[in-house]
Amino acid sequence: MNLHEYQAKTLLQKYGIPVPRGQVISVAKQTPAVTSEIDSNAWVVKAQVHAGGRGKSGGVKVVKSTEEAQNVASELLGKTLVTYQNAPDGQPVNQVLIEETLPIARELYLSMLVDRTLERVVVVASSAGGMDIEEIAQTSPEKILQEVCSPLNGLVDYQARNLAFKLDLVGEQVAAFTKILKGLYRLFKENDLALLEINPLVVTTDGKLFALDCKMSVDDNALYRQKALAEQRDWSQEDSKEAIAHHAGLNYIALNGNIGCMVNGAGLAMATMDLIKLHGGAPANFLDVGGGATAETVTKAFKIILADTNVKAILVNIFGGIMRCDIIAEGIITAVKDVGMQIPVIVRLEGTNVELGKTMLQTSGLNIISADGLTDAAVQAVKAVAV
Amino acid sequence: MSILVNKNTKVLCQGFTGKQGTFHSEQALAYGTKMVGGVTPGKGGLVHLGLPVFNTMRDAVRLTCANASVIYVPPAFAADSILEACDAGIDLIICITEGIPVLDMLNVKAALKANGARLVGPNCPGVITPDECKIGIMPGSIHLRGKVGIVSRSGTLTYEAVHQTTALKLGQSTCVGIGGDPIKGLNFIECLQMFEADDETEAIIMVGEIGGSDEEAAAEYIKSHISKPVAAYIAGQTAPAGKRMGHAGAIISGGSGKASDKIRALELAGAVVASSPAGLGEAVLAAINSKQ
Repeated sequence: MNLHEYQAKTLLQKYGIPVPRGQVISVAKQTPAVTSEIDSNAWVVKAQVHAGGRGKSGGVKVVKSTEEAQNVASELLGKTLVTYQNAPDGQPVNQVLIEETLPIARELYLSMLVDRTLERVVVVASSAGGMDIEEIAQTSPEKILQEVCSPLNGLVDYQARNLAFKLDLVGEQVAAFTKILKGLYRLFKENDLALLEINPLVVTTDGKLFALDCKMSVDDNALYRQKALAEQRDWSQEDSKEAIAHHAGLNYIALNGNIGCMVNGAGLAMATMDLIKLHGGAPANFLDVGGGATAETVTKAFKIILADTNVKAILVNIFGGIMRCDIIAEGIITAVKDVGMQIPVIVRLEGTNVELGKTMLQTSGLNIISADGLTDAAVQAVKAVAV
Repeated sequence: MSILVNKNTKVLCQGFTGKQGTFHSEQALAYGTKMVGGVTPGKGGLVHLGLPVFNTMRDAVRLTCANASVIYVPPAFAADSILEACDAGIDLIICITEGIPVLDMLNVKAALKANGARLVGPNCPGVITPDECKIGIMPGSIHLRGKVGIVSRSGTLTYEAVHQTTALKLGQSTCVGIGGDPIKGLNFIECLQMFEADDETEAIIMVGEIGGSDEEAAAEYIKSHISKPVAAYIAGQTAPAGKRMGHAGAIISGGSGKASDKIRALELAGAVVASSPAGLGEAVLAAINSKQ
């Protein structure tokens, strides 16, 4: 789950990490109150969306007066911002963050994440701030610094100093940087973050450090114990069908094709998408219904798939496993009737009682095609949408 | 022979009296797995499915001499269960639970490393040596004792590989579901190493998916250490970047973790990579033939 910049910065402040003075607003006419409270020569107005690349797509603007600030705020609020990261659909701007501007001398990069190979929390830093880390990795990999945190001792002072000196920080900046890093590590652990990125971390002309921009995402598996963060989730930033599916307890991701997919198991669900592509079709979604493909979950899944008007056929791929295929077939038949299915449903079943399950599907009198195996299912589905 | 589990493996179930623990323990007993009891804190002294229930793993191991444990407890308590099994001296811990927070797993892995216990999972179907020992949620009936070792990050794709190798009468030596989480116990390389050393295993199927670089690491290992034929399949060739595809570990991030890179690495290592999940059986046959 991603947090907005303004939410992330509130957390940073709580952990003693300096951020520019700022305030978030959702109505443009709140602008004068903010600019009068935060005295500054100029302000920056930042669209709050869950995507990078805001600056390049007009989502971040520096303004010189309250009037200009209010104009930019009213222009951004309610708009859908399309960046290279969320194209082509973009995301709605429901809040803008207005901040003071700072005299910047240097821009650094700082992040914290769980490294899957090392199985440790690692800190990544670079003197090439303001650029994407992928870009830095390509153009100047030697500028990427890393410190690995031990689960026993966490991030310790000398590691922060290692980074600080390599980043050419001097004097009091070294201690300030160490304090920031230790605060970030505590924040990361206490809030079950999956990623924390400060880009840039700026050094001002008078030598102070500030987190100018911040991205945070929380480990979805830990949301049950991070209730305050879970409440901050902004569903408007996510695909509406994905949000509905999430609330129905289904794992759904929207894609651009026209063959809807309903599969049990995440691996098989991905493989089914690949198989459709291999046979010349295009999957409309990823959907894992999990182990218990009951009439109730299948009905919910069908409704979500059908909410996508591009869908011209549905491929159901269930490896029954311990669950009996006749029970699954019964669930599918009930669901097809319940949702008043208008398009063909191609079903591939495998597992216990598979013949009985297939017979039930074939004799249901409904628009259900019972496929013989994986390949046949994909071929039939591609054929069904080609008509 | 086989790897990890056989007819002598004595298995405890953690979360024994719960719905999942009960259902899958019944299935395991029916399959012939040597279950010796289970643990549910507060229910020690009861008899469940004809087996003793203990309050703690320490008691359970002392009184049953179990050497393996399977975990069916909810995600909020699963890390604690793994640590308890580890502390009680269990050699092989199999955690089925999906949804354990990543930071919990970092601490668990550090404890396991210090103690030497082996973990399979979490977020996995478990381990089976056909006709001898089934630990986990896989359907026993689709298996056939035979010569292919299977290792997979996905549960249902493991079943596909099993189904196809059974249909071709190749059968399986042992199947290991290593799980879909980013931080997990046994990985491809450890399983490949065990299959290479196992007399009964004549060929290996590995099923990977997008996210991380474990398949690339496995490919390097295959190149230098594996003499047996290897077939592979990688799921997620059509998955969009930046989206988590069901499994916590299945995500392409910052240009790494793509299916195409994994496929290329495995092909360069000499594995036969199936382009379709329906082609796993044929791929392993082709791999066997090419080595003869």
